[in-house]
Amino acid sequence: MTQPSMKIDIQRYRPEMDEKPFMQTFEVPYKADMSVLEALQYIKDHLDSTISFRWSCRMAICGSCGLMVDGVPKLGCKAFLRDYYPQTLTLKPLANFPIERDLVAVMDDFIKKLEEIKPYIIPAKTASNEKKCLSDGAYKQTPEQMEKYKKYSMCINCGLCYSACPQYALDKKFTGPAALALLARYNRDSRDAGKAERMKIVNQEEGVWGCTFVGYCSVVCPKGVDPAGAIQLLKVESSKDYLIGMFKPEQ
Amino acid sequence: MSKRKPYIQELPTDWWMKQLFYTKYMIREGSSVFITIYSLILAWGVLRLSQGEAAFNAWMTSLQSPVAIIVHVIALALALYHTITWFSLAPKAVDLWIKGKALDDKFIVSGHYAAFIAATVFCLFVIML
Amino acid sequence: MSEMNKKTYVRSHEPIFWGLFGAGGMLTAFLTPVMILITGLLIPLGIIDQGNFNYQTLHGFATTWYGAGIILVLIALPLWHTLHRIFHALHDLGVKRGRDLQQVLSYGFAFAVTVFVFTLLLQMS
Repeated sequence: MTQPSMKIDIQRYRPEMDEKPFMQTFEVPYKADMSVLEALQYIKDHLDSTISFRWSCRMAICGSCGLMVDGVPKLGCKAFLRDYYPQTLTLKPLANFPIERDLVAVMDDFIKKLEEIKPYIIPAKTASNEKKCLSDGAYKQTPEQMEKYKKYSMCINCGLCYSACPQYALDKKFTGPAALALLARYNRDSRDAGKAERMKIVNQEEGVWGCTFVGYCSVVCPKGVDPAGAIQLLKVESSKDYLIGMFKPEQ
Repeated sequence: MSKRKPYIQELPTDWWMKQLFYTKYMIREGSSVFITIYSLILAWGVLRLSQGEAAFNAWMTSLQSPVAIIVHVIALALALYHTITWFSLAPKAVDLWIKGKALDDKFIVSGHYAAFIAATVFCLFVIML
Repeated sequence: MSEMNKKTYVRSHEPIFWGLFGAGGMLTAFLTPVMILITGLLIPLGIIDQGNFNYQTLHGFATTWYGAGIILVLIALPLWHTLHRIFHALHDLGVKRGRDLQQVLSYGFAFAVTVFVFTLLLQMS
Protein backbone atom coordinates (compact mmCIF):
# COMPACT_ATOMS: atom_id res chain seq x y z
CA MET A 1 0.00 0.00 0.00
CA THR A 2 1.40 3.37 -0.96
CA GLN A 3 1.43 6.10 1.63
CA PRO A 4 -0.82 9.01 0.56
CA SER A 5 0.93 12.34 0.22
CA MET A 6 -0.04 15.97 0.28
CA LYS A 7 1.39 19.02 -1.47
CA ILE A 8 2.24 22.09 0.60
CA ASP A 9 3.13 25.47 -0.95
CA ILE A 10 5.37 27.45 1.36
CA GLN A 11 6.34 31.09 0.98
CA ARG A 12 10.12 31.46 1.24
CA TYR A 13 12.13 34.59 1.92
CA ARG A 14 15.89 34.51 2.47
CA PRO A 15 16.93 38.09 3.27
CA GLU A 16 20.59 37.55 2.34
CA MET A 17 19.73 36.43 -1.23
CA ASP A 18 16.09 37.32 -2.07
CA GLU A 19 14.59 40.70 -2.99
CA LYS A 20 11.09 39.43 -2.38
CA PRO A 21 9.34 36.23 -1.22
CA PHE A 22 8.62 33.33 -3.58
CA MET A 23 6.62 30.10 -3.36
CA GLN A 24 8.13 26.63 -3.07
CA THR A 25 6.18 23.36 -3.20
CA PHE A 26 6.90 20.39 -0.94
CA GLU A 27 5.30 16.98 -0.80
CA VAL A 28 4.86 15.37 2.61
CA PRO A 29 3.42 11.97 3.60
CA TYR A 30 -0.17 12.50 4.66
CA LYS A 31 -1.53 11.23 7.97
CA ALA A 32 -4.93 12.21 9.34
CA ASP A 33 -3.48 13.18 12.73
CA MET A 34 -0.64 15.26 11.34
CA SER A 35 -0.61 18.93 12.27
CA VAL A 36 0.70 21.69 9.99
CA LEU A 37 3.59 22.13 12.44
CA GLU A 38 4.48 18.44 12.18
CA ALA A 39 4.40 18.74 8.39
CA LEU A 40 6.85 21.67 8.62
CA GLN A 41 9.10 19.63 10.91
CA TYR A 42 8.99 16.76 8.41
CA ILE A 43 10.06 19.13 5.65
CA LYS A 44 12.92 20.55 7.73
CA ASP A 45 14.14 17.07 8.76
CA HIS A 46 13.78 15.28 5.42
CA LEU A 47 13.38 17.69 2.51
CA ASP A 48 14.97 21.12 3.09
CA SER A 49 16.84 21.95 6.25
CA THR A 50 17.09 25.66 5.37
CA ILE A 51 13.40 26.36 5.93
CA SER A 52 12.71 28.60 8.95
CA PHE A 53 9.66 28.68 11.21
CA ARG A 54 8.99 29.29 14.90
CA TRP A 55 7.63 26.71 17.28
CA SER A 56 7.98 25.47 20.82
CA CYS A 57 5.28 23.71 22.80
CA ARG A 58 3.23 21.83 20.14
CA MET A 59 0.12 22.24 22.32
CA ALA A 60 -1.35 25.70 21.67
CA ILE A 61 -0.03 27.41 24.77
CA CYS A 62 3.31 29.01 23.81
CA GLY A 63 1.89 31.07 20.95
CA SER A 64 5.01 30.72 18.76
CA CYS A 65 3.82 28.87 15.66
CA GLY A 66 1.30 31.36 14.23
CA LEU A 67 1.18 31.47 10.42
CA MET A 68 -1.25 31.95 7.56
CA VAL A 69 -2.85 28.64 6.57
CA ASP A 70 -4.66 29.14 3.27
CA GLY A 71 -4.87 32.85 4.07
CA VAL A 72 -6.27 32.39 7.58
CA PRO A 73 -4.14 33.12 10.67
CA LYS A 74 -3.79 29.88 12.65
CA LEU A 75 -1.47 28.11 15.06
CA GLY A 76 0.51 25.49 13.15
CA CYS A 77 0.09 23.03 16.03
CA LYS A 78 -3.69 23.48 16.12
CA ALA A 79 -4.33 23.21 12.36
CA PHE A 80 -4.46 19.70 10.87
CA LEU A 81 -3.72 18.44 7.36
CA ARG A 82 -6.96 16.42 7.34
CA ASP A 83 -8.99 19.63 7.18
CA TYR A 84 -7.32 20.55 3.87
CA TYR A 85 -6.48 17.17 2.30
CA PRO A 86 -6.37 16.41 -0.64
CA GLN A 87 -6.07 20.06 -1.75
CA THR A 88 -2.71 21.77 -1.81
CA LEU A 89 -2.10 23.73 1.36
CA THR A 90 -0.59 27.22 1.25
CA LEU A 91 1.52 28.44 4.17
CA LYS A 92 2.69 32.05 4.56
CA PRO A 93 4.05 34.03 7.50
CA LEU A 94 1.56 35.96 9.64
CA ALA A 95 0.06 38.83 7.63
CA ASN A 96 0.56 42.50 8.59
CA PHE A 97 3.97 41.88 10.22
CA PRO A 98 7.32 42.28 8.46
CA ILE A 99 8.92 38.98 7.39
CA GLU A 100 12.24 38.11 9.04
CA ARG A 101 12.79 34.92 7.04
CA ASP A 102 10.51 32.31 5.44
CA LEU A 103 7.60 31.79 7.89
CA VAL A 104 9.14 33.87 10.69
CA ALA A 105 7.41 37.22 11.26
CA VAL A 106 8.89 40.20 13.12
CA MET A 107 6.68 40.65 16.17
CA ASP A 108 8.58 43.58 17.75
CA ASP A 109 5.81 46.13 17.21
CA PHE A 110 3.25 43.87 18.88
CA ILE A 111 5.56 43.21 21.85
CA LYS A 112 6.17 46.95 22.22
CA LYS A 113 2.41 47.55 22.35
CA LEU A 114 1.96 44.83 24.94
CA GLU A 115 4.55 46.58 27.13
CA GLU A 116 2.90 49.96 26.68
CA ILE A 117 -0.44 48.90 28.18
CA LYS A 118 1.24 48.02 31.50
CA PRO A 119 0.29 44.32 31.52
CA TYR A 120 0.73 43.80 35.25
CA ILE A 121 -1.24 44.58 38.38
CA ILE A 122 -0.65 48.10 39.60
CA PRO A 123 -1.59 47.98 43.30
CA ALA A 124 -3.39 50.78 45.07
CA LYS A 125 -1.25 53.04 47.21
CA THR A 126 -1.97 52.83 50.92
CA ALA A 127 -2.65 55.89 53.08
CA SER A 128 1.05 56.45 53.73
CA ASN A 129 1.64 56.33 49.93
CA GLU A 130 3.53 53.07 50.31
CA LYS A 131 2.81 49.92 48.38
CA LYS A 132 1.23 47.15 50.42
CA CYS A 133 3.90 45.01 52.01
CA LEU A 134 4.04 41.25 51.40
CA SER A 135 3.67 40.65 55.14
CA ASP A 136 0.33 42.49 55.08
CA GLY A 137 -1.16 39.46 53.35
CA ALA A 138 -2.41 38.49 49.93
CA TYR A 139 -4.80 40.38 47.66
CA LYS A 140 -7.96 38.37 47.89
CA GLN A 141 -10.42 37.88 45.06
CA THR A 142 -13.75 36.09 44.79
CA PRO A 143 -14.52 33.72 41.88
CA GLU A 144 -17.06 36.31 40.66
CA GLN A 145 -14.39 39.03 40.58
CA MET A 146 -12.08 36.70 38.69
CA GLU A 147 -14.79 35.83 36.17
CA LYS A 148 -14.90 39.50 35.07
CA TYR A 149 -11.48 39.31 33.43
CA LYS A 150 -10.69 35.60 33.13
CA LYS A 151 -11.62 35.35 29.42
CA TYR A 152 -9.21 38.17 28.54
CA SER A 153 -6.39 36.61 30.57
CA MET A 154 -6.26 33.52 28.33
CA CYS A 155 -4.21 35.37 25.68
CA ILE A 156 -0.98 33.59 24.65
CA ASN A 157 0.39 36.55 22.63
CA CYS A 158 0.47 34.58 19.39
CA GLY A 159 -0.40 37.62 17.27
CA LEU A 160 -3.05 35.89 15.12
CA CYS A 161 -5.49 38.72 15.88
CA TYR A 162 -3.07 41.32 14.52
CA SER A 163 -2.86 39.32 11.30
CA ALA A 164 -6.66 39.28 11.15
CA CYS A 165 -7.04 43.01 11.74
CA PRO A 166 -7.28 45.24 8.64
CA GLN A 167 -7.23 48.34 10.84
CA TYR A 168 -3.80 47.35 12.17
CA ALA A 169 -2.71 46.67 8.59
CA LEU A 170 -3.94 50.11 7.49
CA ASP A 171 -2.44 51.96 10.43
CA LYS A 172 0.43 50.43 12.41
CA LYS A 173 -0.05 53.05 15.15
CA PHE A 174 -3.26 51.26 16.21
CA THR A 175 -2.71 49.57 19.59
CA GLY A 176 -4.45 46.48 18.24
CA PRO A 177 -6.64 43.60 19.48
CA ALA A 178 -4.46 41.55 21.85
CA ALA A 179 -2.88 44.52 23.63
CA LEU A 180 -6.29 46.15 24.16
CA ALA A 181 -7.83 42.87 25.36
CA LEU A 182 -4.98 42.49 27.83
CA LEU A 183 -5.48 46.09 28.88
CA ALA A 184 -9.14 45.26 29.57
CA ARG A 185 -7.99 42.20 31.53
CA TYR A 186 -6.01 44.37 33.99
CA ASN A 187 -8.56 47.20 34.13
CA ARG A 188 -11.25 44.68 35.08
CA ASP A 189 -9.15 43.05 37.81
CA SER A 190 -10.40 43.96 41.30
CA ARG A 191 -6.81 43.95 42.64
CA ASP A 192 -5.64 46.53 40.12
CA ALA A 193 -5.63 50.31 40.59
CA GLY A 194 -4.00 51.34 37.31
CA LYS A 195 -7.17 52.00 35.35
CA ALA A 196 -6.70 55.77 35.15
CA GLU A 197 -3.19 55.34 33.71
CA ARG A 198 -4.35 52.82 31.11
CA MET A 199 -7.43 54.81 30.09
CA LYS A 200 -5.06 57.44 28.65
CA ILE A 201 -3.95 54.79 26.14
CA VAL A 202 -7.53 53.65 25.50
CA ASN A 203 -8.82 57.20 24.89
CA GLN A 204 -6.44 57.94 22.04
CA GLU A 205 -7.23 57.80 18.35
CA GLU A 206 -4.75 54.89 18.12
CA GLY A 207 -6.32 53.34 21.24
CA VAL A 208 -9.79 51.81 20.96
CA TRP A 209 -10.90 54.42 18.40
CA GLY A 210 -8.76 52.84 15.71
CA CYS A 211 -11.17 49.89 15.73
CA THR A 212 -14.20 49.67 13.40
CA PHE A 213 -15.39 46.30 14.72
CA VAL A 214 -14.48 44.10 11.79
CA GLY A 215 -14.61 41.32 14.38
CA TYR A 216 -12.27 38.86 12.64
CA CYS A 217 -9.78 39.01 15.54
CA SER A 218 -12.27 37.22 17.79
CA VAL A 219 -12.91 34.59 15.10
CA VAL A 220 -9.25 33.62 14.65
CA CYS A 221 -8.27 33.74 18.35
CA PRO A 222 -7.20 30.20 19.32
CA LYS A 223 -7.95 30.79 23.01
CA GLY A 224 -11.45 32.35 22.85
CA VAL A 225 -10.29 35.72 24.17
CA ASP A 226 -12.73 37.83 22.09
CA PRO A 227 -10.61 40.98 21.65
CA ALA A 228 -13.35 42.65 19.58
CA GLY A 229 -15.73 42.35 22.52
CA ALA A 230 -13.09 43.67 24.92
CA ILE A 231 -12.50 46.69 22.67
CA GLN A 232 -16.23 47.33 22.39
CA LEU A 233 -16.55 47.44 26.20
CA LEU A 234 -13.50 49.70 26.37
CA LYS A 235 -15.19 52.05 23.88
CA VAL A 236 -18.10 52.33 26.32
CA GLU A 237 -15.61 52.97 29.15
CA SER A 238 -13.76 55.56 27.07
CA SER A 239 -17.04 57.35 26.27
CA LYS A 240 -17.87 57.53 30.00
CA ASP A 241 -14.34 58.79 30.63
CA TYR A 242 -14.85 61.43 27.92
CA LEU A 243 -18.04 62.69 29.56
CA ILE A 244 -16.35 62.84 32.96
CA GLY A 245 -13.38 64.59 31.35
CA MET A 246 -15.67 67.35 30.05
CA PHE A 247 -16.62 68.30 33.59
CA LYS A 248 -13.18 67.66 35.10
CA PRO A 249 -10.88 68.97 32.37
CA GLU A 250 -7.65 69.09 34.41
CA GLN A 251 -6.32 65.83 32.93
CA MET B 1 26.92 44.30 10.43
CA SER B 2 23.40 43.01 10.64
CA LYS B 3 22.22 40.71 7.88
CA ARG B 4 18.63 41.49 8.79
CA LYS B 5 16.44 42.78 5.98
CA PRO B 6 12.79 42.42 7.05
CA TYR B 7 10.39 42.28 4.13
CA ILE B 8 7.40 44.60 4.62
CA GLN B 9 4.07 42.99 3.71
CA GLU B 10 1.75 45.52 2.10
CA LEU B 11 -2.02 45.32 2.43
CA PRO B 12 -3.52 45.13 -1.07
CA THR B 13 -6.16 47.81 -1.78
CA ASP B 14 -8.69 45.10 -2.56
CA TRP B 15 -8.06 43.25 0.73
CA TRP B 16 -11.78 43.22 1.47
CA MET B 17 -12.54 41.25 -1.71
CA LYS B 18 -10.08 38.45 -0.95
CA GLN B 19 -11.72 37.02 2.13
CA LEU B 20 -15.47 36.42 2.60
CA PHE B 21 -15.43 37.68 6.18
CA TYR B 22 -13.99 41.02 5.09
CA THR B 23 -16.41 41.23 2.15
CA LYS B 24 -19.34 40.82 4.52
CA TYR B 25 -17.84 43.53 6.73
CA MET B 26 -17.68 45.87 3.73
CA ILE B 27 -21.30 45.08 2.77
CA ARG B 28 -22.26 45.94 6.37
CA GLU B 29 -20.41 49.26 6.11
CA GLY B 30 -21.69 49.79 2.56
CA SER B 31 -25.30 49.45 3.68
CA SER B 32 -24.88 52.99 4.96
CA VAL B 33 -24.72 54.35 1.40
CA PHE B 34 -28.26 53.19 0.59
CA ILE B 35 -29.59 54.14 4.01
CA THR B 36 -28.16 57.62 3.38
CA ILE B 37 -30.00 57.77 0.05
CA TYR B 38 -33.21 56.72 1.78
CA SER B 39 -32.83 59.44 4.42
CA LEU B 40 -32.30 61.99 1.63
CA ILE B 41 -35.48 60.79 -0.13
CA LEU B 42 -37.38 61.36 3.13
CA ALA B 43 -35.74 64.77 3.64
CA TRP B 44 -36.89 65.67 0.13
CA GLY B 45 -40.36 64.49 1.12
CA VAL B 46 -40.38 66.94 4.05
CA LEU B 47 -39.46 69.73 1.64
CA ARG B 48 -42.36 68.76 -0.64
CA LEU B 49 -44.66 68.48 2.38
CA SER B 50 -43.81 72.06 3.29
CA GLN B 51 -44.67 73.20 -0.26
CA GLY B 52 -48.29 72.10 -0.12
CA GLU B 53 -50.56 69.22 -1.05
CA ALA B 54 -49.85 69.18 -4.81
CA ALA B 55 -46.11 69.08 -4.24
CA PHE B 56 -46.42 66.32 -1.64
CA ASN B 57 -48.61 64.19 -3.91
CA ALA B 58 -46.13 64.68 -6.77
CA TRP B 59 -43.40 63.33 -4.44
CA MET B 60 -45.60 60.34 -3.59
CA THR B 61 -46.15 59.68 -7.31
CA SER B 62 -42.42 59.91 -8.04
CA LEU B 63 -41.85 57.07 -5.55
CA GLN B 64 -43.81 54.78 -7.90
CA SER B 65 -41.18 54.98 -10.67
CA PRO B 66 -39.31 51.72 -11.37
CA VAL B 67 -35.99 53.32 -10.39
CA ALA B 68 -37.42 54.39 -7.03
CA ILE B 69 -38.78 50.87 -6.43
CA ILE B 70 -35.43 49.25 -7.27
CA VAL B 71 -33.54 51.66 -5.00
CA HIS B 72 -35.95 50.90 -2.16
CA VAL B 73 -35.71 47.14 -2.67
CA ILE B 74 -31.89 47.33 -2.44
CA ALA B 75 -32.11 49.70 0.53
CA LEU B 76 -34.50 47.33 2.31
CA ALA B 77 -32.23 44.33 1.77
CA LEU B 78 -29.19 46.24 3.05
CA ALA B 79 -31.14 47.74 5.97
CA LEU B 80 -32.16 44.23 7.03
CA TYR B 81 -28.53 43.12 6.74
CA HIS B 82 -27.58 46.04 8.96
CA THR B 83 -30.27 44.97 11.47
CA ILE B 84 -29.01 41.37 11.56
CA THR B 85 -25.35 42.37 11.99
CA TRP B 86 -26.22 45.08 14.52
CA PHE B 87 -28.20 42.65 16.68
CA SER B 88 -25.53 39.96 16.49
CA LEU B 89 -22.90 42.46 17.72
CA ALA B 90 -25.18 44.07 20.33
CA PRO B 91 -24.18 41.69 23.19
CA LYS B 92 -20.54 42.73 22.78
CA ALA B 93 -21.31 46.22 24.08
CA VAL B 94 -23.28 44.91 27.07
CA ASP B 95 -21.47 44.23 30.33
CA LEU B 96 -24.34 42.98 32.49
CA TRP B 97 -23.63 40.53 35.28
CA ILE B 98 -26.30 38.66 37.20
CA LYS B 99 -25.24 36.68 40.29
CA GLY B 100 -21.61 36.58 39.14
CA LYS B 101 -22.40 35.40 35.63
CA ALA B 102 -22.37 37.40 32.41
CA LEU B 103 -25.82 37.72 30.87
CA ASP B 104 -26.17 35.14 28.08
CA ASP B 105 -25.74 36.62 24.60
CA LYS B 106 -28.80 34.70 23.42
CA PHE B 107 -31.08 36.67 25.77
CA ILE B 108 -29.78 39.99 24.51
CA VAL B 109 -30.04 39.01 20.82
CA SER B 110 -33.52 37.49 21.10
CA GLY B 111 -34.65 40.51 23.12
CA HIS B 112 -33.55 42.75 20.27
CA TYR B 113 -35.44 40.65 17.71
CA ALA B 114 -38.60 40.67 19.84
CA ALA B 115 -38.42 44.47 20.07
CA PHE B 116 -37.74 44.68 16.32
CA ILE B 117 -40.87 42.66 15.50
CA ALA B 118 -42.95 44.71 17.94
CA ALA B 119 -41.68 47.99 16.42
CA THR B 120 -42.34 46.78 12.87
CA VAL B 121 -45.91 45.68 13.65
CA PHE B 122 -46.54 48.91 15.56
CA CYS B 123 -45.41 51.06 12.61
CA LEU B 124 -47.53 49.13 10.09
CA PHE B 125 -50.46 49.43 12.46
CA VAL B 126 -50.03 53.21 12.91
CA ILE B 127 -49.92 53.83 9.15
CA MET B 128 -52.80 51.56 8.19
CA LEU B 129 -55.11 52.54 11.04
CA MET C 1 12.58 53.77 28.83
CA SER C 2 12.95 57.55 28.89
CA GLU C 3 11.21 57.69 25.52
CA MET C 4 8.20 55.87 26.96
CA ASN C 5 7.98 58.18 29.95
CA LYS C 6 7.84 61.25 27.75
CA LYS C 7 4.97 59.92 25.66
CA THR C 8 2.02 62.27 25.60
CA TYR C 9 -1.48 60.94 25.24
CA VAL C 10 -3.95 62.80 23.05
CA ARG C 11 -7.58 62.18 23.87
CA SER C 12 -9.76 61.48 20.82
CA HIS C 13 -13.09 63.25 20.32
CA GLU C 14 -14.44 60.10 18.72
CA PRO C 15 -16.82 59.37 21.67
CA ILE C 16 -19.13 62.17 20.43
CA PHE C 17 -19.35 60.71 16.93
CA TRP C 18 -19.41 57.14 18.21
CA GLY C 19 -22.34 58.05 20.48
CA LEU C 20 -24.28 59.50 17.55
CA PHE C 21 -23.23 56.52 15.40
CA GLY C 22 -24.52 54.12 18.04
CA ALA C 23 -27.82 55.95 18.54
CA GLY C 24 -28.35 56.21 14.78
CA GLY C 25 -27.36 52.58 14.26
CA MET C 26 -29.82 51.46 16.91
CA LEU C 27 -32.64 53.50 15.35
CA THR C 28 -31.71 52.25 11.87
CA ALA C 29 -31.62 48.63 13.00
CA PHE C 30 -35.07 48.78 14.58
CA LEU C 31 -37.02 51.15 12.33
CA THR C 32 -35.41 51.68 8.93
CA PRO C 33 -36.53 48.32 7.45
CA VAL C 34 -40.19 48.94 8.25
CA MET C 35 -39.94 52.59 7.16
CA ILE C 36 -38.52 51.59 3.77
CA LEU C 37 -41.15 48.87 3.51
CA ILE C 38 -44.00 51.35 4.09
CA THR C 39 -42.88 54.51 2.28
CA GLY C 40 -40.78 52.90 -0.44
CA LEU C 41 -42.64 49.71 -1.34
CA LEU C 42 -46.05 48.98 0.18
CA ILE C 43 -47.61 52.38 -0.51
CA PRO C 44 -45.98 53.15 -3.92
CA LEU C 45 -46.84 49.64 -5.18
CA GLY C 46 -50.41 50.05 -3.92
CA ILE C 47 -50.17 46.97 -1.69
CA ILE C 48 -51.57 48.91 1.25
CA ASP C 49 -53.67 52.07 1.24
CA GLN C 50 -51.99 55.38 1.85
CA GLY C 51 -53.75 55.33 5.22
CA ASN C 52 -52.26 57.90 7.54
CA PHE C 53 -49.48 58.63 5.06
CA ASN C 54 -51.46 61.43 3.35
CA TYR C 55 -50.83 65.16 3.12
CA GLN C 56 -53.39 66.28 5.72
CA THR C 57 -52.38 63.81 8.44
CA LEU C 58 -48.64 64.19 7.87
CA HIS C 59 -48.80 67.99 7.68
CA GLY C 60 -50.85 68.05 10.86
CA PHE C 61 -48.32 65.73 12.53
CA ALA C 62 -45.31 67.73 11.32
CA THR C 63 -46.70 70.96 12.74
CA THR C 64 -46.94 69.61 16.29
CA TRP C 65 -43.75 69.95 18.36
CA TYR C 66 -43.55 66.22 19.10
CA GLY C 67 -44.37 65.26 15.50
CA ALA C 68 -41.64 67.57 14.21
CA GLY C 69 -39.25 66.06 16.74
CA ILE C 70 -40.05 62.49 15.69
CA ILE C 71 -39.68 63.31 11.98
CA LEU C 72 -36.35 65.08 12.59
CA VAL C 73 -34.96 62.15 14.57
CA LEU C 74 -36.20 59.53 12.07
CA ILE C 75 -34.59 61.32 9.13
CA ALA C 76 -31.46 62.91 10.61
CA LEU C 77 -30.20 60.43 13.21
CA PRO C 78 -29.55 57.60 10.71
CA LEU C 79 -27.33 60.03 8.76
CA TRP C 80 -25.01 60.48 11.77
CA HIS C 81 -24.72 56.71 11.74
CA THR C 82 -24.21 56.24 8.00
CA LEU C 83 -21.81 59.14 7.44
CA HIS C 84 -19.67 57.88 10.33
CA ARG C 85 -19.44 54.52 8.57
CA ILE C 86 -18.76 56.11 5.19
CA PHE C 87 -15.98 58.24 6.73
CA HIS C 88 -14.30 55.13 8.18
CA ALA C 89 -14.95 53.06 5.05
CA LEU C 90 -12.99 55.63 3.01
CA HIS C 91 -10.02 54.82 5.23
CA ASP C 92 -10.65 51.08 4.71
CA LEU C 93 -10.66 51.59 0.96
CA GLY C 94 -7.27 53.27 1.18
CA VAL C 95 -8.33 56.88 0.53
CA LYS C 96 -5.52 58.30 2.60
CA ARG C 97 -5.37 61.90 1.44
CA GLY C 98 -7.12 64.67 3.36
CA ARG C 99 -8.54 62.69 6.27
CA ASP C 100 -9.39 65.95 8.05
CA LEU C 101 -11.29 67.23 5.02
CA GLN C 102 -13.03 63.86 4.65
CA GLN C 103 -14.14 64.14 8.28
CA VAL C 104 -15.45 67.68 7.84
CA LEU C 105 -17.33 66.69 4.67
CA SER C 106 -18.79 63.51 6.20
CA TYR C 107 -20.11 64.91 9.45
CA GLY C 108 -20.75 68.26 7.77
CA PHE C 109 -23.11 66.52 5.36
CA ALA C 110 -25.04 64.89 8.21
CA PHE C 111 -25.15 68.26 9.98
CA ALA C 112 -26.33 70.11 6.85
CA VAL C 113 -29.24 67.71 6.22
CA THR C 114 -30.17 67.88 9.91
CA VAL C 115 -30.34 71.69 9.72
CA PHE C 116 -32.23 71.51 6.39
CA VAL C 117 -34.98 69.27 7.81
CA PHE C 118 -35.06 71.22 11.09
CA THR C 119 -35.56 74.50 9.21
CA LEU C 120 -38.36 73.05 7.07
CA LEU C 121 -40.15 71.73 10.13
CA LEU C 122 -39.73 75.09 11.88
CA GLN C 123 -41.21 76.90 8.85
CA MET C 124 -44.25 74.63 8.78
CA SER C 125 -45.19 75.03 12.44
